[in-house]
Amino acid sequence: MLTLTVNGAAHEIDVEPDTPLLWALREQVGLTGTKYGCGIAQCGACTVLVDGVATRSCGMAASDAVGRKITTIEGLADGGALHKVQQAWIDHDVPQCGYCQSGMIMAVVALLKDTPKPTDADIDAAITNICRCGTFREARAAIHAAANA
Amino acid sequence: MTKTFSLDRRAFFLGAAATGAGLSIGLAIPVNEAHADAVAPEINAWVVVKPDDTVAIRIARSEMGQGTLTGLAQLVAEELACDWSKVTTEYPTPGESWRRKRPWGEFTTGGSRGIRTSHEYVRKGGAAARMMLVQAAADAWGVPAAECKAQNSVVTHVASGRTTTYGKVADAAAKLTPPANPPLKDPKDWTIAGKPLKRLDTRDKTTGRMTYGLDVKLPGMLNAAIRECPVFGGKVKSFDAARVAGMKGVKSVVLVGDSAVAVVADTWWRAQSALDALPIVWDEGANANVTSASIAQWLHEGLDDAQPAFVGNANGDAKGALAKAAKTVEAVYAYPYQNHATMEPMNATALWTPDKCEVWTGTQNGEAAFAMTVAASGLPPEKCEVYKQMLGGGFGRRGNSDFVRQAVLIAKHMPGVPVKLIWSREEDMHQGRYHPTTQARLVGGFDANGDLTALRIRISGQSILASLRPEALLNGKDMATFAGLTSSGDAALGYSVPNLLVDHSMRNPHVPPGFWRGVNVNQNAIYIECFMDELAHATGQEPLAFRRKLMKAHPKNLAVLNAVAERIGWDKPPAQGVYRGIAHHMAYGSYVAAAAEISVADGAKIKIHRLVAATDPGYAVNPAQIERQVAGSFVYGLSALFYGECTVKGGRIEQSNFDTYNSMRIAEMPAVEAIVMPSGGFWGGVGEPTICVAAPAVLNAYFNATGKRVRSVPLKNQSIGFA
Ligand code: FES
Ligand code: FES
Repeated sequence: MLTLTVNGAAHEIDVEPDTPLLWALREQVGLTGTKYGCGIAQCGACTVLVDGVATRSCGMAASDAVGRKITTIEGLADGGALHKVQQAWIDHDVPQCGYCQSGMIMAVVALLKDTPKPTDADIDAAITNICRCGTFREARAAIHAAANA
Repeated sequence: MTKTFSLDRRAFFLGAAATGAGLSIGLAIPVNEAHADAVAPEINAWVVVKPDDTVAIRIARSEMGQGTLTGLAQLVAEELACDWSKVTTEYPTPGESWRRKRPWGEFTTGGSRGIRTSHEYVRKGGAAARMMLVQAAADAWGVPAAECKAQNSVVTHVASGRTTTYGKVADAAAKLTPPANPPLKDPKDWTIAGKPLKRLDTRDKTTGRMTYGLDVKLPGMLNAAIRECPVFGGKVKSFDAARVAGMKGVKSVVLVGDSAVAVVADTWWRAQSALDALPIVWDEGANANVTSASIAQWLHEGLDDAQPAFVGNANGDAKGALAKAAKTVEAVYAYPYQNHATMEPMNATALWTPDKCEVWTGTQNGEAAFAMTVAASGLPPEKCEVYKQMLGGGFGRRGNSDFVRQAVLIAKHMPGVPVKLIWSREEDMHQGRYHPTTQARLVGGFDANGDLTALRIRISGQSILASLRPEALLNGKDMATFAGLTSSGDAALGYSVPNLLVDHSMRNPHVPPGFWRGVNVNQNAIYIECFMDELAHATGQEPLAFRRKLMKAHPKNLAVLNAVAERIGWDKPPAQGVYRGIAHHMAYGSYVAAAAEISVADGAKIKIHRLVAATDPGYAVNPAQIERQVAGSFVYGLSALFYGECTVKGGRIEQSNFDTYNSMRIAEMPAVEAIVMPSGGFWGGVGEPTICVAAPAVLNAYFNATGKRVRSVPLKNQSIGFA
């Protein structure tokens, strides 16, 4: 048993310590907005915030997340109000299939926290998520819009 | 007799919130149900109007990111004249379609056909519903329907100014006989269709609430991980279940068919961990020694004229004209196997009892998934059902139902217990239905004036239809292999050459092929458009002018080509250090072209500055989403050009994850300008056609930049990459 603090709530879960945080979130905590794409920290579909840092949750053991503040896509909106990145995503009609978008949005949230007005080069360096549908054109426009919101 | 169907939505639509006395209007566009079998598959569509004026439009095709769900809803809503802000959508289930004799027509979503093969009957569905709602209002007022008009879900009696809403008259409308042949609006009068509206399914995709197959949760559900013999055609010889039986959460180890083993556990991670620890011995069968080199060698032999081949397009006497030509130019091109690598790996959830089999899955072909459920469950169709989930990408891969079969076979071992089967990314890479591999030898012949008198294209390689749809072969010939190179049809060659021969030496290696976004135009557009460039350069002609000379009888091809040339400024020199390339093609009924501007560092580091694309799909139901399909497909197509290759060793695919099968990131994304230029009079596809012109435009620009002609994909094999 270990305890994870996810979106402000403590969850005591029965999980082996070396289980990837991704699967603990999806299967034990029950939050499936965080997606599995590769399991080897390549694609970014599983990105969550750990103490505010964008983290590929497939590559972090659940036990390493104990005592830290985990934010998933489900915890991004503040009550009914969407986060400005989510709103920009809607305004720019970014998602196609949408499967990669939770991870990309979380990566962008972290980027804007550290770099409130990112340049294109900042975006290129920080956002390395795979999107097989190819939503990068709209995503870039939405990132700039969120930065200016 | 015309029959109006009345459905209890709760019974038929998973997750539909049954609020109040919602009612269904049967848009039995005048189909006599007794004859429904005879006139299938195109029958009718359905509209639900609720008392609060909410309209639920039923969509039979699958949404996988391409925007079809929104586009089809726009077409229905256009004719329905409803309030777009109150439109929702629902998927009818394949099982219900089967039981009701296919009132929604085809479910299949591939070949860029989602809209172009259903636009007429879904629009008629909307039109018939509008006429019935208007009639119901007119009846209530005791006035002729002709004196009333409908707009924005409101019916108005023009003379008296009386109004009512769709929700108020829906009950009465549902009891009316549908009109026989409702007239449709002229597309130039469209106000909802044809507009760049936002997608209907975006919000849940930004909050994590959208449910994909991977996210299905059922009470008491177990999870399964699977490994199929990595050598295609091989079988399971033995496995040692005892080695993992004691691992935490493991419930059972199951032989699936004769070629795969699954571990079922309480969670997927435990199932996959046990599978990774499970010793499995394979009988690898006859293909255990096949390699990429042995396949390439076999294909190369097929380039020999002496080898028998199916003729796909011919006019004049190409061989004779080549023999007489003043100058000939020859080149050989090659295209590799590629995996779809949808972001969401294959998965399906199944619940089997002796009385019922239900499946939850993301599928591009609900009816095929249903048929597979029936076959694998051993139950009759009336005891089976499939609930379609949002697809985390399809690109053609999810037109197959192999994962549905596996899930049902596993669930049969545990009656009454739902089991969710998820493929690891590694399994997804190893069990693909791969973009087929082909090679092509192209020969062009010129007369003394530098005019192209003959073109001969020999394709050698794999047929998709021979493997997946053998019934579609024509006396053994796979016409799809010639996509973009045929004399007519929805993927015709955009050039007139006096003497032409295009043929195909079919060679089908054991690697299972599949329809991969764009399918055969991906390689054929490279073959023809790069070779056209070669021909122009070999005879000192300007590549665009050279093409135009051969396109006089192809005005729609020429129009898109001219559009990209003009937008990129072809007649003015590019900026210092920037080089251009151009290409065009026809695919899925649409005319497409692209022009690229690139620079190249160290001869091998490509920066794509601009990609201008033009698409003429006949009608543009949602130009904003078409633009997104064009830009998005370029990521898929350029990922394939730069990185995409599945190699074969020991009969199996060597790549196992995104570390060995790379995909473009945002830093590599070029600026894409998409010109959507519908010329009307035909309905072409959108999701796939434009993908194929990005690669040849970039390759032709690369030649201009470096003088090096690249004739095989992917570029990484030649140490060429993104800057
Ligand atoms: S699933 Fe974690 S990075 Fe791909
Ligand atoms: S939206 Fe489909 S993978 Fe990104």
